[in-house]
Amino acid sequence: MTLSRREFLHLMGMAGAAGLLPGSLRASSQRPADLYEIPRFGNVCLMHMTDCHAQLNPVYFREPNVNLGVGAALGKAPHLVGNAFLKHFGVAPGSQQAHAFSYLDYDVAAKTYGRVGGFAHLASLVKRLRAERGDGNSLLLDGGDTWQGSGTAYWTRGKDMVEACNMLGVDIMTGHWEFTYQDREVIENIGEFKGEFIAQNVKVTEEALFDYKFSDFDGFDEDAGTAFKPYTLRTINGVRVAVIGQAFPYTPIANPQRFIPDWTFGIQDERMQAMVDRVRANEKPDLVVVLSHNGMDVDLKMAAQVTGIDVIFGGHTHDGMPAPTLVENSSGKTLVTNAGSNGKFLGVMDLDVRNGKLQGYQYRLVPIFSNLLPADPAMQAYIDQVRSPFKAQLEEPLALAEETLYRRGNFNGTFDQVICDALNKVNDAQISLSPGFRWGTTVIPGQTITMENVMDQTCITYPETYRREMSGADIKAILEDVGDNLFNPDPYFQQGGDMVRVGGLDYVCDPNQSFGKRISEMTLDDGTRIEASKKYMVAGWATVGSQSPGRPIWDVVADYLRDQKQVKITKLNTPKLVGMKGNPGLEDYPAA
Amino acid sequence: MNNLRRLIIKGSMAAGTLGVAVSAGLLMPTTVLAAWPANAFGAKDMTEGLANLLGSSDMAESGDIKIKAPDIAENGAVVPITVTATMAGVESITIAAPNNPAPLVASFDLAGGAHGYASTRIKMGKSGDVIAVVKAGGKLYTAKKGVKVTIGGCGG
Repeated sequence: MTLSRREFLHLMGMAGAAGLLPGSLRASSQRPADLYEIPRFGNVCLMHMTDCHAQLNPVYFREPNVNLGVGAALGKAPHLVGNAFLKHFGVAPGSQQAHAFSYLDYDVAAKTYGRVGGFAHLASLVKRLRAERGDGNSLLLDGGDTWQGSGTAYWTRGKDMVEACNMLGVDIMTGHWEFTYQDREVIENIGEFKGEFIAQNVKVTEEALFDYKFSDFDGFDEDAGTAFKPYTLRTINGVRVAVIGQAFPYTPIANPQRFIPDWTFGIQDERMQAMVDRVRANEKPDLVVVLSHNGMDVDLKMAAQVTGIDVIFGGHTHDGMPAPTLVENSSGKTLVTNAGSNGKFLGVMDLDVRNGKLQGYQYRLVPIFSNLLPADPAMQAYIDQVRSPFKAQLEEPLALAEETLYRRGNFNGTFDQVICDALNKVNDAQISLSPGFRWGTTVIPGQTITMENVMDQTCITYPETYRREMSGADIKAILEDVGDNLFNPDPYFQQGGDMVRVGGLDYVCDPNQSFGKRISEMTLDDGTRIEASKKYMVAGWATVGSQSPGRPIWDVVADYLRDQKQVKITKLNTPKLVGMKGNPGLEDYPAA
Repeated sequence: MNNLRRLIIKGSMAAGTLGVAVSAGLLMPTTVLAAWPANAFGAKDMTEGLANLLGSSDMAESGDIKIKAPDIAENGAVVPITVTATMAGVESITIAAPNNPAPLVASFDLAGGAHGYASTRIKMGKSGDVIAVVKAGGKLYTAKKGVKVTIGGCGG
């Protein structure tokens, strides 16, 4: 049962009368005509989208019920889920906002409120805000992870998204998964992108500088050694706005280095400080913002260390934060935002910049409900056209979902379990491993799982599967390594993904422990203890070091689904947790 | 070739920039050196190796030494390390990775008046500290920085 726009607004009215609306809406003197009435404020509007993962059409996306914060991050944004999240941000339980920001009552609410995101719906909102703010008074920033994540992005090597972003009018972007195509394709895509692609933390390696194959590329600076333009300066409504780019620092570690052998990344916060200082001295900007793909925890640390940044617009960790975090550092304050994922939200920051300084701001993370925002006809026509050659493949029905299938969360989601079970069954393995990506759309109960859903969960440029023997010690080493990327108390050692997903394997996880001590009591599904020296047959995919020999993962999962016909998860291989009782980043978790 | 190499090194010493670079027998064939300190670079224990090379392992932590290294290595086989020492009279800069099978990695002897600066790539088998030991005015100073070597993958 999907509500029409009119029914929805009627429901909103009732919710308002019943006192269910969030404070900010209730407080306004008149009931808002619609959710997208965002009053003007100040003189500069910065719109921010991030991590849409190439979702051109509206999707379902369930927010996590496990997003643990450890160490200093315990109980702080973004490590809040469900009711703790709503309470922290003052979002009324049961409201449409609560559905956008949390997993609560997901199955029912998803049916009620319908799909989220979609470029045609996003385009309508962007156009409306641009018009309301006045010509030239706004900028649209894209934090990256835009050119990867769907079947069509994979098959067009990101090009469908480049054109969609051009039509949307993205002014400035940075990247992460954009770098998972071949380097010449990355350069080509950036060449076709009409906005500016910026990254202060990507250099050409010293070896490659001797004979650099992209020395003609516009953004390359031979003297500085930077592969892309590090920052840009725009004048918005008479205000000089400097935007510095920060690409995902661990791209060559989390993703294959072999596709981009000449580029070296890193957090480079000293270079960032030098950049901010130089830009402030030379360009005399009124406002300095960073468009970042660090991940929120890394952004929070960077904001505390680097001075002179007014706002960091963040992404990567897919945290839909209704309000920014204000971080104090030695010489001032920096706002840090994170704008969710899969096209679900648009961050809208209206800023009052006068006398060369930020005087005030108003921020909304606006959910894109496709039932409430009309589809922009030109964008929808483009989307339909770009999908048409792949329509038959995308729409192939594979099986029926009998429960919600999702990925996002620190440990196995239900769709991950499908992938892991498929790997074990199709490849005749005991244990399966699947990467803890944070993208991947949701399928709701009663929905037919199509090839498109499978592609949305799996389509990377290194999709090959493997089947090989590993010792118990090897398996533990992998779990410990990934566990440290997630739970290291120092954010600069976190890579922003979730825990590796497992099939056929149970374990106990103590996130507060140090490296090598978080994982224990590993057993097979039947309860047999894993022995360090014994060999086990393991299946997996997404190897970063070298190409694996097997079929692409989507073919393996599709085979499995066709065979299953109906999907209900019988066992979710999530670990038993130690020391996490009462952690506000954990709700409705069976084994806490 | 060895002669040429020797000439280059001699030249650089004369220019007072960078002295002899030794890296566990990788940068330079051992035959070139009259006295290859095998008991230093071959030592399995870092303290022992440092004592054999520098005559002592008695050193003080110093804030005047800065180690630039990635928090997480992009490739454990070539981890870029830069050491800058700002104290007066730097005589040598030694780099060690205690978790390596042979912890002592490189030592740079600097001619008088040279900047306390050394930059190289080192191999690291697993996560651990990178340690710099600077000899200045006859005394040893040290600093360290953690570098993580990870199997990678699973990025968001």
